[in-house]
This record gives sequence, structure tokens and C-alpha cells, in this order.
Amino acid sequence: MRNKKVNKALSIMLASVMAASMAGCGTAATVHAADSETEAAMAPVKDPEEEVTIKFTNFNASGGHEETLEKMYEAFSEEHPTIKVDIETVGYDDYFTQMQTRVAGGTAPDCYELNIENFAAYAAKGVLAEIKDVDTSGINETALHAFNVDGKQYGVPGSFSNVVLIYNKDLFDQAGVEYPDADWTWDDAQAAAEKIRALGDDIYGIYAPTTYNEFFKVAAQYGGSLLNEDKTEFTINSAPNQEAAEMMVGRIVDSNVQPTEAQMGGMKDWDLFESGRLGMIPTGIWAFGEFTEACEFNWDICVEPGGTQKATHFFSNAYVVNADSSQKEAASIWVSWLASSPKAAEIRIADGWDLPAITDETVLADYLKTTPPDNRQAVFDSLDYLITPPIIEDYSMMSDIITEKLGEAASGKITAKEALDQAQEECTQKIKLK
Amino acid sequence: MKNKGKKKREALGAVPFMLPSFLGMIVFSLLPIVVSIIMSFTDWDGLEKLNLNTLVSHFVGLDNYAQILGGKEFWAVLGHTCYYIVLYIPLVFIASLAIATLLNKARRGVSVFRVMYYIPVLTSWVAASLIWKWVLSPQYGILNQLLAVIGITGPNWLTSEVWAMPAIVLASVWKDMGFFGLFLLSGLQSIDKTFYEAAKVDGAGRIRTFFQITIPLLTPSIFFCLVMALINAFQLFPQVMIMTEGGPNGATQVMVERIYTYGFSYFRMGYAAAFSWLLFIIIFALTSVQLKLQKGWVHYES
Repeated sequence: MRNKKVNKALSIMLASVMAASMAGCGTAATVHAADSETEAAMAPVKDPEEEVTIKFTNFNASGGHEETLEKMYEAFSEEHPTIKVDIETVGYDDYFTQMQTRVAGGTAPDCYELNIENFAAYAAKGVLAEIKDVDTSGINETALHAFNVDGKQYGVPGSFSNVVLIYNKDLFDQAGVEYPDADWTWDDAQAAAEKIRALGDDIYGIYAPTTYNEFFKVAAQYGGSLLNEDKTEFTINSAPNQEAAEMMVGRIVDSNVQPTEAQMGGMKDWDLFESGRLGMIPTGIWAFGEFTEACEFNWDICVEPGGTQKATHFFSNAYVVNADSSQKEAASIWVSWLASSPKAAEIRIADGWDLPAITDETVLADYLKTTPPDNRQAVFDSLDYLITPPIIEDYSMMSDIITEKLGEAASGKITAKEALDQAQEECTQKIKLK
Repeated sequence: MKNKGKKKREALGAVPFMLPSFLGMIVFSLLPIVVSIIMSFTDWDGLEKLNLNTLVSHFVGLDNYAQILGGKEFWAVLGHTCYYIVLYIPLVFIASLAIATLLNKARRGVSVFRVMYYIPVLTSWVAASLIWKWVLSPQYGILNQLLAVIGITGPNWLTSEVWAMPAIVLASVWKDMGFFGLFLLSGLQSIDKTFYEAAKVDGAGRIRTFFQITIPLLTPSIFFCLVMALINAFQLFPQVMIMTEGGPNGATQVMVERIYTYGFSYFRMGYAAAFSWLLFIIIFALTSVQLKLQKGWVHYES
């Protein structure tokens, strides 16, 4: 068994080394994305000469974008006639239990989509193939880096979303506060939030969830992180992290510019904003559509404020290649095309299916034209500050532990410091790092 | 002699007819059960290709069991389940006994009511949980609005550590009372009318008749319902998963929810398998105890 695998791996390595040397230089440093046709010809991995069929499974196209994906495949077929892709779209709810079973049962598709939580585990367990010798130069570097584990590229970002500060202009006017700008820190936001909170008993300044996801970003804004640099130890209760957690929790329990769970009364944060009773909300750009429809007041966006520095969330799903696939090259060509080809990006933007994770701004220009928000440029300005979550094998467990402890702090049962100390202890005790 | 041979032949003749369901049982029940025992002694992650070699190479002995029993989580989760049971069992019995008695007395429209009470049983838990989430919404939910009418400020049901479990109990009682009600109803209907006539002749009142005739003769049905309700309670899962996801702050984390989370979210399938075997042992032990104890209080007729 094992021998066979080694042989297979060796032969693939050999083949790719040969392919790379034939193409002159493995990874072209700067190829402009526009001349994609010559680029396809230059790509170190060649299309198969005889027709091959690969299976691709995804969840993101379910519920409205199956046709968009089909259009992308048609465009792909023109450029790569010998690669046939059997596309399978599965609903999000069943996707991950199903995929786990298929991987364990040895019947996983040649390439498929993973969210960041599952990507971490799959990459660590060695069930993903390294994606190499395909052109990824057109892809946003931070986005690409998110799926790089120990120097190996195990996935490519299909599309991405990030987070900006969305604010209610009318409430800012009423409170007589200047609109936020890209230079704001959380101190400025706090001052504005307090003035807006003073407008009425059920009007709140800001809402940011007290969860792991929010925390690792705010921690980065104060110069902190959850792990030490070589990921051998947790640093959850470090001084900068503590500052971040105190700021997040203080908004709720001290100044109450952010509503408590009881004050929310079962409402969701977006609903609160849409009801016109919330000044600011740092949230994902996928809110634009809903806010445009639901908000009867003026709103705009800006780059999220920071602490001692800026940091912006970025969300992306990875397209990965199955380590056991017999068609790894063809699968790599397909997924990297999906992620980086300007053609795919155009189709994606035209159909309003997230943002492609590419750097080519001419393709992205159409995206900027739609308003509101007026300051759509902030979406791209935020890209300068992208951070990625700390990828470890037990990602979900770490995230659950931290969310639970922060939740206790937000409900006032323990202090922010106690929450971090307890999270640090529990993570250290339950999770083995490398 | 001759007779024996015939019987043997008959038995052999039955084999082809039994084979399909027998194979099904082996492949879909027996094999998974055996594999899950082996799995519970490994640290298999649920992703690596599954075969005997994989399991052997991941063998960790009793580590999983030691870790589970030695940690706080298992006991906390068991505590939540017991809390659920303490609230759920009496409530579901009172509700279903009430339904059964009413349906037993009713002259007209029995089948209509029977269907009405049984509809929640047939509804999928996903749909039912979503409806209950809405009913329990603190500001807009119908339950808190009704409470407000009589001057009570309803709690933040699903987001309060104190009230989340009672809220789940409420939904579960609503869903299960039709099921147990139907069993108790058939129990009631099988009680011989002559007992009541005799009691009437002896001058027993309604309440006395209920406690001294109806309840004792209903004990076989009650016993069955109790066993089923306890097993159900330990397997509490979909309503928790949809209504609270184990929150707030872990207040509604229960056994099966943990098993699912460990197996499919934390990639610790071996640990999850051990957890599920502990659950099995608990249910098995409790049911055995109940079977032993029934002699003391369950009256079978004849």
C-alpha cells in the first residue's frame, strides 16, 4: 500500500519537475492577467492530450448560481477542450458530513470546495494534493496565502468577501458626528457610538459579535495573535489580545453602546441595523444587497477602524484537489482556472456571485459602479489589510472554545481577562499543537 | 426422526427468503456496530481512508474512554441531559395522559382530535424546531406576547442559560405528547369496563376510580412509554442542534450533540465513537434496571 503511494508520488514529482524545466521557469513572476490565451499555453502543466473527465463538487453554487458555474465551465471548455468536468452541486447543510464520508470511503471527487474551517483539518490530515505548476499569479496574494500550509499550496481561493464598516448616515447627522473615514481607530468609533447611543433608549452605537471570528481580527488590530509565530503555543491571553477583548466586551457591559443579548431580544444584528436603530456595524460586503433593499435611510461604508494597526477580515472558500485523484493535473488546471482566469471573474461579477479573488482591477471595475454604497472603493482599499485566520488542525475546536468564553464575558459572568485566561487554559489542555 | 428431517428441510427452505433482510441487517446494522466498537479504541480522524489497517495503526486502547470519563465535559453534558429528563418526563406524562383521557371520554370527533395531536409527531424536527424558535422569540414570539397579556415579562428563552433547556423541553413535550398519548389511549381502551362497573357499585368516586383502577391497569402502557421516553431523552439531538446549537455558553450541550460535533466538526471520530458507546451503556443499564424494577409496580392482567 504505502510503497505504491510513494512510487506514485515520486513519479508525479518527477513529471512535474520535467514539465517545469521544459517550460523554462516554474512560476512566472509577473504575467499580466489580460493575455490569458498565451498564458494557458505557457502554463507548466499541459492539458492532457486525450480527453479526460474529472469530477468537481461544490456547495457555493447551490441556491442560485448553478447556471453561473455552468457558464464558467462552457468558457473553460473553449480554452481546455480535452478536460471534461462533471460538476456536482450539493447544498451546504449536507455538504461537509457527506464529503467527510466520501473522503474516508475513498470515493471523494477529483476536486472540490472547502470552507476555511474544514480546509484546515483536511490539509493537516493529508487528504489534499498540493496544487503546483499552475499559474496563480493573477490571484490576490493574501487570499492565496490563506490556503498555503507550511509552504505548500493546498487550495486556491475561488471567490472572496471581506468586511467593512457600514454606518447609518442619518444617525450620524442626528448625533452631529463626522462620518467615519479610513483613518479612524476604535477610540474614534467609541466616541461616535456614545453620542449615537445618547439619541435614545433603544438606539445603539455599534454592533460587533463577541465571537472567535471577530476576536482574532480585533486582536490583530492591536498587534496580537492567538498562536506564537511557529504555531507551537497558544498566546490567547497575551497583553494585546486582552486589550482587544476588553474593548469588545466593554462596549456591551461598560458603556453599553452595543446592546446586550437581552437588549437584542432575539433580534439579529442585521435586523437591528435595518431597523435604523444602529449607528455602525462592521460586517461582510455580502450585506450590501439586503441593506440596499431593506434600509429606508442613507448608509455608506468605509474601511474598518483599527486599534494600533489595521486588519480586515477576509472570507474565502478553497478549491482543493483530492490527494488520491488519478487526474490531479487536469483537476489543478480546472480549479486554478476557476480562481484566476479573467473570463471566470467576468462571469462571476456579471452574475453577482461574490468577488473573484484576482488582482486585475479592470475586471473589477463593473463592481464599483453599483450604488449604494457610494464609497464602494473601500472594499478594495480594505484589501491592503487582509489577515487570514490561524490555520491549525483543531481549528473548529479552538474557535468553539474561544467563542464560548467570550460569550460568558459578554453576558457579564466573567471579565474579559478571565475569559482569555480560561480559553488559553482549555485550548492548551485540549488541543495538541505540532 | 422423520419429523425432524422435515423441519430441517423447511428451515433450509426459509433461508433464501430471509437472506435479503438478513444481509441488510449485517451490512447496515451489525457491521457498523462492530466497526464502531473497534473505532472507539482508536484515534482515527474520520478522514483518513477507512480500513482495518488504518484502525489498527491508530489503536490507542482505552485512552478515549479515560479521557471522556476524566474530563469535566462528559459530566456536564450528562447533567444537562438529566436536567432535561427531570423536566421532560413528568410534563410529557401529564400532557399525554390528559390527551388520552380526553380522547377516551370524547363521544364525537375522536378521530379528528387524534389526528390533531398526532400531527406534531409526524412533523420533521427541523420544521418543528424552526416554528418553536419563532414562537419563543423574546420580542416577537407568540409565547411572550401571551405572557405579557397576563402581566408576565417572558424570558429570553433560547439565549438565556437558565431558560434554554426548559424551552427545548416545551417543544419536545409538544411534539411527543401525541405519540405517548396514543399509546396510553389504547391502554385505556383495553381496560375491561366491568372493573368500572364494579367500582361504581362499591360507591367509588371518580378520583378514586382513576387512581385505584385506571392507573394500576394502565401501568403496562405507562411502563412502555417510560422506557421509550427515557431512551428518547438520552438521544436528544435535532431540536438542540437547530434551536440552540448547544448554546448559550454550552448550557444545552447534550450527548448526541457532542458525538456529532466531535465526529464531524472536530475530526475526532474515535473519541466520538467512544462517546456513543458510553451513551449506549447508560441507556442499556437504565433500561435493564427499569425491566428489573417493573415487577414491583407494573400490573399485567390475568
